[in-house]
Amino acid sequence: MAAAPESPPPPGEEDGRRRKRHGMLKLYYGLQVNAESGNKGPAATTDPCDINGAHFKPEVYLQRLMQEKSLNELMDKERDMVRQIRSLDSDMQTLVYENYNKFISATDTIRKMKNDFKKMEDEMDRLATNMESITEFSARISGTLQDRRQQITKLSGVHMLLKKLQFLFELPARLKKCIEMQAYGQAVRYYTKARTVLDQYQHMPSFHGIREDCSVIVAELCVKLREQFKNKESDAHQLAECVDLLLQLKEPADELCDEFLLHARHKVDEDLEMLRLQLQMLEAGQVPSPGDPGDGDKPHPMDVLEFTDTGCNVFLSDMCLVIASYKDLFINRPGTGVQEQAHLEKVANQKLEVFVNSLMGQYFSYVEQRVQLEKESSDNTLLVRALDRFHRRLQAVEKLLPETESTSSATHIVAKMAHDRVIHYSEALRRHFADCLTDVRQSLAASRSLSKQEGSNLGDLLQTTATSILDQLKTVLSDLRAFIESDITFAMQPYFREPFCVQDVREGLVVGFLKHMFTTCSEFCEGSGDKSSAPPPLILLLSRLCLDYDMTTISYLISLTDEQFLVEDKSAVTPLSELCNLAKDTAQKLLDHYVKVQGLTISQMLRKSVETRDWLNTIEPRNVRAVMKRVVEDVTAIDSQVGLLYEEGLRKAHSSDSSKRTFPYSSSRQNQRSQWSSYAPSSNMDTSLMSNIQKLFSERIEIFSAVDFSKVSVLTGIIKISLKTFLECVRLRTFARFGLQQIQVDCHYLQMYLWRFVSDENLVHTLLDEIVGSAIHRCLDPVTMEPSVIEVICDRG
Amino acid sequence: MEDDAPVIYGLEFQARALTPQVAETDAIRFLVGTQSLKFENQIHQIDFDDENNILNKNVFLHQPGEVWHVSASPADKAVLTTVYNKTSEQKAEMCGAVWRIPSEFDASANDAQDDASASAQALELLCHLDDGNHSNMVSTVWEPAGDGKKLISLTENNILMWDLDVSSSQAKLSSSATLEGKGNPKFTAGRWNPHHNCTQMATANDTTIRGWDVRTMQQVYCIDNAHGQLVRELDFNPNKQYYLVSCGDDCNVKFWDVRNSTEPVLTLSEHSHWVWSVRYNHFHDQLVLTSSSDSRVILHNMVSISSEPFGHLIDEDDDSEEDEENKKEKPREPEKDGVIGTYEEHEDSVYAAEWSTADPWLFASLSYDGRLVINRVPKAVKYKILL
Repeated sequence: MAAAPESPPPPGEEDGRRRKRHGMLKLYYGLQVNAESGNKGPAATTDPCDINGAHFKPEVYLQRLMQEKSLNELMDKERDMVRQIRSLDSDMQTLVYENYNKFISATDTIRKMKNDFKKMEDEMDRLATNMESITEFSARISGTLQDRRQQITKLSGVHMLLKKLQFLFELPARLKKCIEMQAYGQAVRYYTKARTVLDQYQHMPSFHGIREDCSVIVAELCVKLREQFKNKESDAHQLAECVDLLLQLKEPADELCDEFLLHARHKVDEDLEMLRLQLQMLEAGQVPSPGDPGDGDKPHPMDVLEFTDTGCNVFLSDMCLVIASYKDLFINRPGTGVQEQAHLEKVANQKLEVFVNSLMGQYFSYVEQRVQLEKESSDNTLLVRALDRFHRRLQAVEKLLPETESTSSATHIVAKMAHDRVIHYSEALRRHFADCLTDVRQSLAASRSLSKQEGSNLGDLLQTTATSILDQLKTVLSDLRAFIESDITFAMQPYFREPFCVQDVREGLVVGFLKHMFTTCSEFCEGSGDKSSAPPPLILLLSRLCLDYDMTTISYLISLTDEQFLVEDKSAVTPLSELCNLAKDTAQKLLDHYVKVQGLTISQMLRKSVETRDWLNTIEPRNVRAVMKRVVEDVTAIDSQVGLLYEEGLRKAHSSDSSKRTFPYSSSRQNQRSQWSSYAPSSNMDTSLMSNIQKLFSERIEIFSAVDFSKVSVLTGIIKISLKTFLECVRLRTFARFGLQQIQVDCHYLQMYLWRFVSDENLVHTLLDEIVGSAIHRCLDPVTMEPSVIEVICDRG
Repeated sequence: MEDDAPVIYGLEFQARALTPQVAETDAIRFLVGTQSLKFENQIHQIDFDDENNILNKNVFLHQPGEVWHVSASPADKAVLTTVYNKTSEQKAEMCGAVWRIPSEFDASANDAQDDASASAQALELLCHLDDGNHSNMVSTVWEPAGDGKKLISLTENNILMWDLDVSSSQAKLSSSATLEGKGNPKFTAGRWNPHHNCTQMATANDTTIRGWDVRTMQQVYCIDNAHGQLVRELDFNPNKQYYLVSCGDDCNVKFWDVRNSTEPVLTLSEHSHWVWSVRYNHFHDQLVLTSSSDSRVILHNMVSISSEPFGHLIDEDDDSEEDEENKKEKPREPEKDGVIGTYEEHEDSVYAAEWSTADPWLFASLSYDGRLVINRVPKAVKYKILL
């Protein structure tokens, strides 16, 4: 028991040693102290009572045991511990034994190795000596061979030089042979190889001689090449070869450019000449006849499509070929010096540009001339196709040579042509309109000569004319659409499309035509006095036509145009309203003119009838004068004529008695009249007062005033003019009693028939009253006729 | 009273004939002839007092018949001619005569206004313009600015030139010309050209205007189809010798240069019925007066073809004060042709309108119902012309 606390070694010492030992072992076995302690966890490491732990403190452990355990338990523990110690001791003994054997065998192995290494060292020494002797030998050999080698190198150099010299000496002969064999390429290759050397050593007489010889031969070669170059028969490939060779021979490049272009020009000129011949033929008046091309070899005049086609195929493709080969030869040359190349390129480009521009200019002028000839052709699509082909093919040239402005000139030609076509079409439209007018005139004249009943075709005539004009316009528009079809290349170019659609078609053609139409119509209104002026029905018809245009046709036409030609920018175009106003003004002007002309015709009749009669010496009236019947007839005819084209229009309500056509003057008027006749002899003051008062209350009548677009208004206008004339004429005459009575009868007759035509019958009443009133004033013996008698006479008439 | 307001005078009878009293240059006087078949006709001498805006009248009886045309002598203010209608049961005939206004009336004109109509004196007949061969006179014209000894009368198809001797009351036919043509053409109007020493006159028949040399009585020019309808009246530009204006039944007023008469220089279509008279202002020929049977009188401003183009009257040498004013006024717009005024005081056809010979800014117009209206040129226009 007492031994128990003594048996363990002093705690601090024991602990430190043991730990050291552990550490060594761990090192040996490659175990990590950290890993071990890490595995056990922090609790295990810090517990000083854990007997297997690293931080085991025997004092603490003991103390705790003493405090916590009873004596028995302590005894048990002690026993247990002793047992554990014993087993540990025996374990250790076993381990030591085992390890001891291993140590012994290890020592044996090490001793054996020591012996082996000593043997190896000896062999290595022997090797080193051998190597030394080998080095010595080799140095001696190379020393002996040195001289010989130098000699051989020299000899081979001489050999090379001699070979070269031989080539040089043989060069003239070779060149000659090559030229004889026409292997110009080979010759040039030989010469270029030798050229530098010859140039370098020309001061030596022998070399000089060779150089001279070569130069002569090369000059000859050049001549030959040039001959070939100038030969018209040689094709483009040969040409290219020639030029290439000549360039290699350092012939001056710009001269070659010129010659090349000159040569090319011959060919292209032939094409142009052919085009020119075509033009001449056409201008000489030969009609293109695509129908019979099989007329042998004789050149036949071509139509425009064929012309541009040929132009494209022959001229343009030649052009392209020339440009392409030229570029290959002069501009895109590989392998020359940068400086030189840049210079050459510049010069060559300039020359090419001049060349192409001049030829293209020529070509364009031909095409333009040719196309101009088609200005009035009827086949629009053919022309458009020709233009399109022309434009399209030119783009190839443009692609090859962007410096030339061929596309823009081409577009210019196309645009000009389109413009010319539009002008041509608008002229055609104007002609057509004039033709329409002539047709209308003729059919009017024909119908008049046939009979009055035929006048019913006025409406049909209007219809035909309007349709014909509209159809013509539509045809033209659809023809012109060909210019902006989607498959036409130039149609999509903004600089073509915009001016063409807006300026040419919409403004120039459609608006221009409408304006022309209205101006033409307006012209009918001027020169009113001329006997040759337009017949009234024509004026009436045109008026209606213009009115229709105002109401429907213009807006239809403009929207059709805008739609078909995609006019979007409406800022710079003539607005619809302006055109409509123009149309309406024209219609108004024409209708007013119609009223005036018809009114004047009737006026003339009335005036002649009043002026030529001797009113002082007439007999008592028995009849209505024939001229009044004629007036009523004419007014009826005009009424039916106008009725064909214009609507009835508004009229004021008729008073109940007007329809009865019995009593023209209302009872109050009748009283007034009798008053007049009774007053007249006594007091003149009263009558003038009376008429003045009457006028105060009636509105002023505008005689030649604008009329509405209705039948009634037109007729009112005509009747107003006629009756006012009648009044003025009556005032210029002096009447006897029967003269006055005749006027009364006439007026009553007019009253009976004219009221139905006018918008306000009071107007007719007023004017007729004034006529009778004036006649009374102008009468020497103013005795009026009995109304009943007047009525009887009028009924009879 | 507003200065521009019209002054209206009513005659008892219908009337067509109006003329300024040409020889009178101080007082504003017009002569009006009435038309009545039943009563004795009158010549009214209208005297307008501009300062007080009062009209005075003297009435003289014109016994032989209704007056269709009247014109006053340019030399003697008491002498006038009329064209009148002599009617009988079977016949109406147009005659011409020269008259003298009774002298004592002229002196006491202002006092006698109350009882003028009642105790009207008759005109003194000087002589008839009739040699027995020609009938139906249309109008008479005096030699413009002459000594009152020469006058021309137009009958339906003759031009008759008379030498008048007032003192011995005789008129002698000195020369004549006859209008010939198919369809029996008739003169409707005539005017004596004040230029070229008064050697020319112009007449109108149907739609044609003819010029005549009064020395030889030969036709010198002819404007066919001058108007679409009958030509009613003519007048010569008092300041531009080749300019002539005409009006007619086609409602138009046309200005002509007789040297080139294929086209009118200008055409006006302001009226809505026949234009019966047209008159140039005697001093400012841009002012043109027209009257029409649409009951309107229109005053036109025809600057573009007048003898006074814009800016002509601006005097450069005025003193500095006025110069400044001028500078301000110079940039103003040139005057444009146009209507100065439309006068609608009449309610019947206006057959005559005349400028006063005494006051260039005043004119009278006469409608068929006997209403005489005196109007002035608007002040604004007047100052524009003067300044």
